[in-house]
Amino acid sequence: MSATSALDRPHEDGPGATRRPQAVVTGIGVAAPNGFGARAWWDAVLRGENGIGPLTCFDASGYPAQLAGEVPGFVPEDHVRSRLMAQTDRVTRLSLAVAKEALDDAGADPAELPEYAAGVVTSSSAGGFEFGQRELQALWSQGGQYVSAYQSFAWFYAVNTGQISILHGLRGASGVLVTEQAGGLDAVAQARRQLRKGSSLVVTGGVDSALCPWGWVAHVAEGRMSASEDPDRAFLPFSASACGYVPGEGGALLVLEDAEAARARGARVYGSVAGYAATFDPSPESGGCRLGAAAALALADAGVRPDQVDVVFADAAGEREADRAEARAISELFGERGVPVTAPKSMTGRLSAGGSSLDLAAALFSLRDQVIPPTIGTERPAEDCPLDLVIGTPRTGVELRTALVLARGRGGFNAAAVVRA
Amino acid sequence: MRRVVITGIGVVAPGGVGTKEFWSVLTSGRTATRGITLFDPAQFRSRIAAEADFDPAAQGFTPAEAARLDRATQFALVSAREALADSGLAAELDPLRTGVTLGSAVGCTTGLDAQYAQVSRNGADWVLDHTRAVRHLFDYFVPSSMAAEVARLAGAQGPVSLVSTGCTSGLDSVGHAVELIREGSADVMITGATEAPISPITVACFDAIKATSPRNDEPETASRPFDRTRNGFVLGEGSAVLVIEELEHARRRGAQVYAEISGFASRSNAYHMTGLRPDGVEMAEAITAALDEARLNPDAVDYINAHGSGTKQNDRHETAAFKRSLGQHAYEVPVSSIKSMIGHSLGAIGSLEVVASALAIAHNTVPPTANLHEADPACDLDYTPLVAREQQTDTVLTVGSGFGGFQSAMILTRPHLGAAA
Amino acid sequence: MTRFELTDLTVLLRESAGENEGVDLDGDIQDVSFAGLGYDSLAMLQTTGRVEREWGVLLDDEAVFEAETPRQYLELVNRALSERTAA
Repeated sequence: MSATSALDRPHEDGPGATRRPQAVVTGIGVAAPNGFGARAWWDAVLRGENGIGPLTCFDASGYPAQLAGEVPGFVPEDHVRSRLMAQTDRVTRLSLAVAKEALDDAGADPAELPEYAAGVVTSSSAGGFEFGQRELQALWSQGGQYVSAYQSFAWFYAVNTGQISILHGLRGASGVLVTEQAGGLDAVAQARRQLRKGSSLVVTGGVDSALCPWGWVAHVAEGRMSASEDPDRAFLPFSASACGYVPGEGGALLVLEDAEAARARGARVYGSVAGYAATFDPSPESGGCRLGAAAALALADAGVRPDQVDVVFADAAGEREADRAEARAISELFGERGVPVTAPKSMTGRLSAGGSSLDLAAALFSLRDQVIPPTIGTERPAEDCPLDLVIGTPRTGVELRTALVLARGRGGFNAAAVVRA
Repeated sequence: MRRVVITGIGVVAPGGVGTKEFWSVLTSGRTATRGITLFDPAQFRSRIAAEADFDPAAQGFTPAEAARLDRATQFALVSAREALADSGLAAELDPLRTGVTLGSAVGCTTGLDAQYAQVSRNGADWVLDHTRAVRHLFDYFVPSSMAAEVARLAGAQGPVSLVSTGCTSGLDSVGHAVELIREGSADVMITGATEAPISPITVACFDAIKATSPRNDEPETASRPFDRTRNGFVLGEGSAVLVIEELEHARRRGAQVYAEISGFASRSNAYHMTGLRPDGVEMAEAITAALDEARLNPDAVDYINAHGSGTKQNDRHETAAFKRSLGQHAYEVPVSSIKSMIGHSLGAIGSLEVVASALAIAHNTVPPTANLHEADPACDLDYTPLVAREQQTDTVLTVGSGFGGFQSAMILTRPHLGAAA
Repeated sequence: MTRFELTDLTVLLRESAGENEGVDLDGDIQDVSFAGLGYDSLAMLQTTGRVEREWGVLLDDEAVFEAETPRQYLELVNRALSERTAA
C-alpha cells in the first residue's frame, strides 16, 4: 500500500473540516493508581475512589513530599514473559500489559492486517527511569563493567514503542514523542497522522512510571509538588487551596484505526479523534498562555463550535497560577461556567504523558456511558476559576456527544483534542 | 500538496562548530574521532569518541546558563541560532505559524549522569539526598525541555515537541516537521536534533553489548563503515538544526533554498531491540515508500547517504536494503557514511545526515566514506572510499536505523525538481 | 580449581535473561544450542558479563560467539579459569 494513497473520505463533521480519513478508537487499555485495567479503573473513577496515597515503593520519609499515585497490585510476571523481565523497566512492563489490553479490547489481530499497516506511537516523559537509576548506581558504585547490556535500550524514551512493536509484530510506521503531560495527546495526533498517510491501525498514547528516588528528587527539585500529607487534600485542582501536584504512574494506550478499516472488520468504535492542535507558550515573562489557542484550533480542526462541546477534561495543574490560566482559557472559549469541566486526575495525580491519554480514555468512556466523572478533593472552584466543575459525584442527565481534552506539559507545551461519539 | 524546502542550516559537530566547518570536514575526508577527553575513559572497553570542540563561553553562554543547560541543549541552541540567521527569517517569524521538532535519543544523559554521581555520593545512596540536587534537575528528567529552549530562542508558539526514536530521532524529527507543514499546522518549522552522549553511562552500556569499536590505539581510523575490518561504531556528539518552510512561503520572501524534502517514510523491524536481520526488508520498505511519496523511481537517486554505523550487522543489513529497494541501481549510485568521519551521535546523526545530504545537492559533491580500504565482501556497492566526489547530485536518499527497530528514509531533491504539486 | 558447572551457568542465564516457556533448564541441555534454548546474542552478552565479573575471567569475544551450546560454553569458561590458575 503506497504512502501516496492518502485516501480522501468524507468527514462527517462541520464546514471547517477538510476531507480526510477519520480516526476512531476501537480499544482501550489502562493502568492507573485507582485501578489496573480499564474496567477496574473506570468503576473506581465513577465511585470517586482516590488512588493517591503514601509512597510504598521506596522510603520517602526524608522528602518534603511523600504522596504519589501508585498502580496497585501489578504483578509483572502475569503480564510479561520471563525472557523480557531482565530487560524491562516497570514502565515497559506496564506498557506491555496496557497495550495487550487495548489490542484485546479492539479484537484486532495485527497478523490479519496488510503488512506494514500497523504501528505504535507512544509518548514517554522519562523512559525507564528506575532501570536507569539502578544502572547509574552500578556504574558509580562499582564501575563500568557492572552496567547491564540492557541499559543500551531499556531506559530510553523509545523503549515502550519498540517493545510493543516487537511483541505484536507491528512493522508499520512508529514514533515516540516527549512533551511531558501533553505527550499523550501529541502521540495520538501523530497516530492519526499515520492513519492519513496509509497505516490502518496504531497503538498509541502514553504510560509513564518513574516512582523511584531518582525520579522523586527531580520532582522535589522542581519545587511544585504538594507538601500535604493528607491524600484527600493534597491535589486540589482549581481550588483556592490548591498547593501543588501529586505525581503518579500509569496511563492509557488506545487502538486507533482508520474508520473504514474498523467498520469493515466490524469493530466496536468508542468514538473518533475528531480534532487536535498543539501550541507552545511564549516565555513566562511575556505572560502568554496559549492553551486556549490550542483548544480553539482543535475545535476548528474538528469542525466543532464551542456550543457543541458537552464536557471538558481539564489539564488541572493543581497550582494556583496555572489553574487560573486554564480557567481563563476555558471561560474565554465557553463563557464562565459555560461548559461542564472535570478532572478525574484528582484521583490519580498527574501521570505525565500517561495523564493526557488517560483523560482521553475517560472522555471516551464518558461518551459511552453518558456520565461525567467527578473531580474529588476540591470542594468548590476558587472565585478566580469560574468553572462549572463536576465535584464529588458523577453527573448524568446531560447529552454527551463531544468532549474536549486539555493537556499541558511542563515547560510550555499545550495540547488539545476533541473526541466525538 | 504543500511542499517543504530547507532554507537555513546550523551545525555543531566533531571537527567544527558551524556548517562551513562541518562541510569542510566531510569533503576533506578528515576524521574527528580521537581518544575521549571529556572524562577519564581508562576503565572502559571503548575509549574513543568523536567529540565536538565546544566552549560554552565562546558560544555566548553565561556561566549560569552553561551550568543549567545540558551540553546537548547548548549544542541545539547554537545550531538553531546559526540556522535562523542563515535563513534570514529570524526577525520575521510568525510565532503562531512556527513550530519546533528536536530529536534526541538519550536526552540530557550527560547532565543526568553527572548529577547522579553528585546526588548519590558516587552510588553510595539509593534513597537519594534531594538537597544535593540542582534546581533544574527536572529539565534533565524530562528532556522536552531541550525542545522548549529552542522554541523560546526562536519565538515559536506553534507545535513543539521532542522526537525520540533512538538512532533515527534525527531523521524522524525532520520528517515529523515536514508532516506538520504539509498538513498546514505550521508554515515554518525549526527542526533537527541534538545529542551529547559521551558520558560514562553511555560508554558503559555500549561496552556491555560490544557495539562500539575498541580500536583505542588508532582512534582516527576506528570508524570503518563497510570495511572488512570494522569492529563497531565510534560514539559521537553534535547537533544539526534546519529551518524548513512551506515552499510558497519561502518563494514569496526570496529565500535561499538548499533542497526540497520530497519524501519521508518509516517502518519498524518488530524483530529485536538491538539486533537486525540481514535482509533489510523493512528499511527497503521505508525507502520505497519515501520514493513513492516523492514520486520518483529508484534510478533517480544520485547519492545514498547511508546509516553506515560501522557495526558488522548494520552495514550488511542496509546494503541488502539498498539492493532490495533500488535493484540494479544500487550498484550504480555512490553510497557513503559520514559516521566514518564524525562518529555516531545517536539521536543527532540523522539530522546531521540530512544536512550533509542537502549540502551534497547544493554543492554537487558526495562526501566520502573515510577509512574504507577493503570492503567487506558482503558489502559490494560503491561506498565512495576516502575521497569526496564531485558529481551532479539532484536527488539524495538518506536512511537511518535504530535500536527498537526503527527504520527511516528521506528523499531530498534539488529545489526545481521533486514531486509535482 | 573451581569449575564452572552447568548449574552455575543456568543460574546466571535465568538471572540475566529469564527463561523460555517450554524449556527445562534443569534438563539435559548440554548440547542444545543457546538459540534453541531461546537465548539471543543479547542474552549471551549479559550472561557473559556476569560470568566475567563474578568468576574473574576474561573471555574472547569470538570464542564466546562460537560457543553455541552449554557444553562448549562451559569448556570455554573452564579453560579460562585454568589458564588463570596456571598464570
